Amino acid sequence: MSARFVAPILMGLAMLGLWEAIVRSAAIPPYILPGPILVAKTLVTDWSTLWPALVVTMQITLEALLAAVVVGVLLAVLFSLSRWVELSLFPYAIILQVTPIVAIAPLIIAWVDDVHVSLLICAWLVAFFPILSNTVLGLRSVDRNLLDLFGLYGAGRWRTLVDLRLPAALPYFLGGLRISGGLALIGAVVAEFVAGSGGRESGLAWRILESGYQLKIPRMFAALVLISLAGIAIYLLLSLLSHLLLRRWHESAMAGE
Amino acid sequence: MRLLAVRDVSKVFANGVKALEDASLEIEAGEFLSVLGPSGCGKSTLLRLIAGLETPSAGSIEWQQGRPDLGFVFQEPTLMPWTTALGNVALPLKLAGMARSEREARAAEALGHVGLAGFERSYPRELSGGMKMRVSIARALVTAPKLLLMDEPFAALDEITRRRLNTDLLELWQRTRFTAVFVTHSVFESVFLSQRIAVMSPRPGRVLSEIAIPAAYPRAESFGTSAEYAALCRTTSARLAEAMAAA
Ligand SMILES: Nc1ncnc2c1ncn2[C@@H]1O[C@H](COP(=O)(O)OP(=O)(O)OP(=O)(O)O)[C@@H](O)[C@H]1O
Ligand SMILES: [Mg+2]
Repeated sequence: MSARFVAPILMGLAMLGLWEAIVRSAAIPPYILPGPILVAKTLVTDWSTLWPALVVTMQITLEALLAAVVVGVLLAVLFSLSRWVELSLFPYAIILQVTPIVAIAPLIIAWVDDVHVSLLICAWLVAFFPILSNTVLGLRSVDRNLLDLFGLYGAGRWRTLVDLRLPAALPYFLGGLRISGGLALIGAVVAEFVAGSGGRESGLAWRILESGYQLKIPRMFAALVLISLAGIAIYLLLSLLSHLLLRRWHESAMAGE
Repeated sequence: MRLLAVRDVSKVFANGVKALEDASLEIEAGEFLSVLGPSGCGKSTLLRLIAGLETPSAGSIEWQQGRPDLGFVFQEPTLMPWTTALGNVALPLKLAGMARSEREARAAEALGHVGLAGFERSYPRELSGGMKMRVSIARALVTAPKLLLMDEPFAALDEITRRRLNTDLLELWQRTRFTAVFVTHSVFESVFLSQRIAVMSPRPGRVLSEIAIPAAYPRAESFGTSAEYAALCRTTSARLAEAMAAA
């Protein structure tokens, strides 16, 4: 149990130590590669510019994730209720998914006046597909006998959806949500890169670009660290949510290992 | 009094498999009937046709007084893993629109009848295979159905558990006198449980012969070791062998 935490932490510390040692012994200048200690210092000294940027990026990420959940689940339910809707819409969902976001982001940013909204759309585009496809899969993976049982007792489509299909799809949905959480962050960051300055809305990506222009490489690294930490935090939070919702009944959340 | 008659029913599935051909069977109200046949002969199909889960390709199923409330026990427990034993048993009542407090009271009572008092709050994965099957039976009985259809309910269980459940099932049947249709491929089980056995031929299935089991109820575990039981098993095995050969 403790090895699960101790091993990666020791490994991480060792890598950081090695990094610091290389930077010092080879006297690499900070504008090429800053050592971890300098990055940590910059994180503290530049906190007043980095923190608002983190808030902006996180806000877009969370809003996009929320929109992905709403649209993904609604579409999935619609697909499960009507084969026709599924047949006619699913291919387009896939097209949206396979088109690289960097390729369409400029278009969206050009079309939509409000930068915040355009960033939101980009992040949403990246995030919504795993939720949609996982939920569709979950809604379909219902035990056939249970479906028959519901039919036997005269349950209509709505009751079957609420009492059978949705609970059966919950583990699948939560799996999709965990993937989408990370993707929403990636989508937000990529869109910020494409959008450039983004006016008053300057997220972490813009801080990275800006630091690059100004050769403030330690700050660039500090912003990178923040993005990673944000991604890890999102993943852990969603894993916790999933564990809390499933621990009583689903194999994936059984206690111990 | 007759409950229903299956008349010359055939069932051809969409993929062309002919599961049943001219199957006929009459079922009396209140009797315990076993349907015995080799794997794949269409026993499940017959049961699903009676339950209205499939429609016959030819022939008809005639109900003396309309299709009554019925309970269905599948080969697997078929429980919803996200809810408790109580929630699972209460499901038919919930779907019928019964208020929460009342349906939970009834479900608790049904769990008591199958020997699971105290396990109301357990989730399916916290129960053993035999206990899950009991929950499934409680769920089928909670609506007090006139007809209980069981599709090899104990096939996946070990011998000891199966015997226990067989005795318990007979006890429940004697107490409430629902009509029981019990599908099995076990000669021993069918003789132990039923008043009458319908023997089916291999696919496409038909009811080839019927055997009366005149032994009196209650049948204790000791019935299973009696000479009468052994003789009846021998007869039934012979009939099953005939059915297999006739195909
Ligand atoms: N939905 C279906 N579609 C196509 N073929 C089916 C379907 N259901 C059953 N069959 C076929 O019909 C035949 C009879 O099936 P059925 O399940 O009724 O047999 P069974 O007697 O219950 O067998 P077992 O004892 O193994 O459960 C089998 O050959 C099976 O493959
Ligand atoms: Mg079967």
